[in-house]
Amino acid sequence: MAYRSHIILVAAILASFVVSSYSPHLNAYYLDVAINVGVNIILAVSLNLINGYTGQFSLGHAGFMSVGAYASAAVTMYLGPRLFGERTSLLFFPALLTGGFVAALAGLAVGVPSLRLKGDYLAIVTLGFGEIIRVVFRNTEALGGALGLQGIPPYANFFWTFGFAAVTVYVVTSLVNSTYGRSFIATHDDEVAASAMGVNTTKFKIIAFVVGAFFAGIAGGLYGHFKQSINPTGFDFIKSIEIVVIVILGGMGNTLGVILSAILLTLLLEKLRDFGDYRMMLYSFLIIVIMLARPQGLFAWPLRRKEPAPKP
Amino acid sequence: MSAPAASDALLRMDRCTIRFGGLTAVSELDLHIGGNELVGLIGPNGAGKTTVFNLITGVYPPTEGGVYFRGETLRNQKPHQITAKGIARTFQNIRLFPSLSVFDNVRVALQLNRRGGFVQALLRGPDFHRAERQVEAEVVEILDIFRLGRFRHTMARNLPYGDQRRLEIVRALATKPRLLLLDEPAAGMNPTEKVDLMRLIQFIKEKFNISVLLVEHDMQVVMGVCQRVSVLDYGVKIAEGGPEQVRRDPKVIEAYLGDKIGAENSK
Repeated sequence: MAYRSHIILVAAILASFVVSSYSPHLNAYYLDVAINVGVNIILAVSLNLINGYTGQFSLGHAGFMSVGAYASAAVTMYLGPRLFGERTSLLFFPALLTGGFVAALAGLAVGVPSLRLKGDYLAIVTLGFGEIIRVVFRNTEALGGALGLQGIPPYANFFWTFGFAAVTVYVVTSLVNSTYGRSFIATHDDEVAASAMGVNTTKFKIIAFVVGAFFAGIAGGLYGHFKQSINPTGFDFIKSIEIVVIVILGGMGNTLGVILSAILLTLLLEKLRDFGDYRMMLYSFLIIVIMLARPQGLFAWPLRRKEPAPKP
Repeated sequence: MSAPAASDALLRMDRCTIRFGGLTAVSELDLHIGGNELVGLIGPNGAGKTTVFNLITGVYPPTEGGVYFRGETLRNQKPHQITAKGIARTFQNIRLFPSLSVFDNVRVALQLNRRGGFVQALLRGPDFHRAERQVEAEVVEILDIFRLGRFRHTMARNLPYGDQRRLEIVRALATKPRLLLLDEPAAGMNPTEKVDLMRLIQFIKEKFNISVLLVEHDMQVVMGVCQRVSVLDYGVKIAEGGPEQVRRDPKVIEAYLGDKIGAENSK
């Protein structure tokens, strides 16, 4: 079926719309957890494009997320009133896209000079980028400094979050099942061989990085417009690690696995709240156990990417 | 058989020198390869054969001299650009894409000539599917020519060794080259496989009407298929000519076998 992916995308967006129209009847806590799940799906699936499929170890995803969060909040909080005289939810969609594009630009700015580095070195550079961004936001008074931005209008809901999660999954799987995806994986497997086969590895690494950063920015925008406040500390190194852990547990280069692990780990972190101070300790312990038991990822069953069945 | 005139050479290396620090790996090398010609490049271990490949494919730029392909200089061209111009290579130690299937290994190389746009890949309209079908048909065709069709869905890393070598050659051919560089394709093969390989190289040259530069250790293979052989020793070309002529060259015998034994063997 040539258009199966389109149908799934439309169905997923419709489903999130239907669920969203019932969400006022939902317990606010459950809704909060659900939005966290959705945001983490967007973050993990987009990071998987960079770390999993293309094999470029990035630790800067929370940095891109914060860029998107601040940029989109700036649009709805400051630009909206200037243009229309009041805050309007009409601006939410353009604001999210703005957040995505600004994050993508940041991705381009970080990616171009640093993607010639490999493995650990790239990880350190992206880690450094994330920290720089955080410090910049903390020291920019116009964006609230260390306190961050408060009173962001609560435009994000179930529909927007899961609608965008569906779009993220669609974009990543579409890219993966095209000339792009084969080039990403070839770059991941063997850069020297890939370029000898005519693959411009630099170009594909940058594409993966920019697309990944774009969706991290979208996730940031959704997060900000749901929580109604953002501050630099929320986007620190720990957040980046959290997303990397989701990707590794889901299985590098396995979108379905990463979605499942985003759901599982977000719920797990919520459940562990019952243990108070021991929460992070238990969380880390569980991750160690899972990693020892299933180093290939929790959901790494042999379905990878489907082969086409060419007609004779 | 003599070297073709420099003007009608497909590939021309012109006094190419490369130094790594104080070490001169290749020194003032002249090499010509004509259209549809099968040239061998031999030499003892460390003679600089693979470095010659890396010079041609743009992995290293030459310190001095230049490489010209179809009359154009390859200076400042990146490896993927050189591949797009029509030079494909295999590697001494097999470098397939292990996590892609046999089918997709070839498809990566084939799609060189037809890049879909980014938007097309996202919209997945009829054009996108038509382009995909076409590439897939071509992959099937080339896999079938080399009798790898039955491994289509196998992961490349799970192929038997000999088939991995063959797949690497097929993958290089899928970029539709004018010149194919084979880096020690006979390494690790038994005598039967070597005979098959010689047939395969001949077949490729005739079927695809391309030139082949063969770097090889194995004298049997080189002498069996090459029309012309160049011999490198310590980065310097010490002999060039037809296989028989090179085989009897005292300098070659000395480089390969050492002074005394060589003299006895040549009797």
